[in-house]
Amino acid sequence: MTKIYFTDEHEWLKVDGDVATVGITNHAQEQLGDLVFVDLPDIGTTLEQGDDGVVVESVKAASDVYAPASGEVTEVNEALSADASIVNANAEGDGWLYKMKLSDPTQLEELLDIDGYKSLIS
Amino acid sequence: MKTTPFHELHIAAEAKMGEFANFNMPLFYSLGVMKEHLHTREQAGLFDISHMVHVQISGAEASKFISRVCPYDASSQTVGQARYSYFLNETAGIIDDLIVTRLADDRFLIVANAGCAEKDIAHIKNHAAEFNVIVDILPRAFLALQGPKAEDVLAQHFSVSHMAFLDAVEPEDGWLVSRSGYTGEDGFEIAMPPEKAIAFANALLSDERVEWIGLGARDSLRLEAGLPLYGQDLDENTSPHEAGLLWAIPKELREGGGFVGADALAQKIVVGRTRMRIGLVPDGRPVRGGTDLKNTNGETIGTVTSGGFGPSLGGPMALALVEVAAADASIFADVRGKLIPMERTKTPFVPHSYKR
Repeated sequence: MTKIYFTDEHEWLKVDGDVATVGITNHAQEQLGDLVFVDLPDIGTTLEQGDDGVVVESVKAASDVYAPASGEVTEVNEALSADASIVNANAEGDGWLYKMKLSDPTQLEELLDIDGYKSLIS
Repeated sequence: MKTTPFHELHIAAEAKMGEFANFNMPLFYSLGVMKEHLHTREQAGLFDISHMVHVQISGAEASKFISRVCPYDASSQTVGQARYSYFLNETAGIIDDLIVTRLADDRFLIVANAGCAEKDIAHIKNHAAEFNVIVDILPRAFLALQGPKAEDVLAQHFSVSHMAFLDAVEPEDGWLVSRSGYTGEDGFEIAMPPEKAIAFANALLSDERVEWIGLGARDSLRLEAGLPLYGQDLDENTSPHEAGLLWAIPKELREGGGFVGADALAQKIVVGRTRMRIGLVPDGRPVRGGTDLKNTNGETIGTVTSGGFGPSLGGPMALALVEVAAADASIFADVRGKLIPMERTKTPFVPHSYKR
């Protein structure tokens, strides 16, 4: 069974067992504007919660995407290497950034659920 | 934070607003930076540039004053001509870069960067005390209309078809139209009394070829055009020689003249520069301002001063200040420990289309 969490840094995690798919929220991509490049981590990279795992570059600026939880990167969304605008088109679906094997699932308890996130951005 | 006379139009257009030089300015509108950029290169983009400073210098010694604070002979400047120049400090560092327009025999307009307003005005007033001139800071609303359709659009309001690049006219009291801009495109900059601002902008926007363009696309357009931005590519520690801007100083004045900074500049030219501004194309990804540049031995040889993605170029681009001795060898940008190969290239990255 999958469950979706959000962070106050505008990331989402879709958790299935001990694997989480990570991306930025639709609200985040609207704020960033047109993305032109996504600097993805190498597979096998160990990220601590709060590390800058990904950099997304818009026409104007580079922005860090922090790791919403600790774990090891198991897969990255290679499609973004060719077309970063997929994130703009579908940030919470096809525009996912990477998948990670969670090392400390208790960290999820501190994250927001969808209602918590909606009230954050409203 | 200050607002411009066009503020209510930006809000109505649902602009994403942000702070720039203490002004609340539009960063991008609903089109987004990418489409705004491309629209400007294909149609006509409308920019609110009212944050810029307009200083009028008038009086019997106006041209003598300009020739003192700017490194050129203003007495030979044709009335109705604008030119690019800068203020230098006593060590020939750039205080600000500017457009100076001669409006009459005894009247000039200096248009300067918003971020430098305070020090520019102090510099002007400091030197104006020695001359018979009147300094007026003009309250003006200021728009740029840029792109291949700009002439057609503006011709519905003013007679502009006869104007060439850097020609300037005052069609009515309190108005100025010059064929100039900061995008590399043909286009115009139009200053007007603030109370006329909304009606005029709405008249331009009623033409379907015109779209509001924010500061985001203004930056990517100027970078593609290879135009330096004060505060990033230029500062008080950078000389015109290092910045590649000696072209704006007449040859005979480079070895000495009566302008502020002349002696220091002449000496810098004799000694030779150790750093120079170059254009670079990063391999595959944008590299931002402030990134260190290295040679093949891993030694730091310069820094990226402006970097971003060029929507018309279709890839990343950067301006950099590098050691002259390292400029022709391999250059790498150090992006968080990853070395990105940088290919030196001529600027502009995208050709200019000025109407000469």
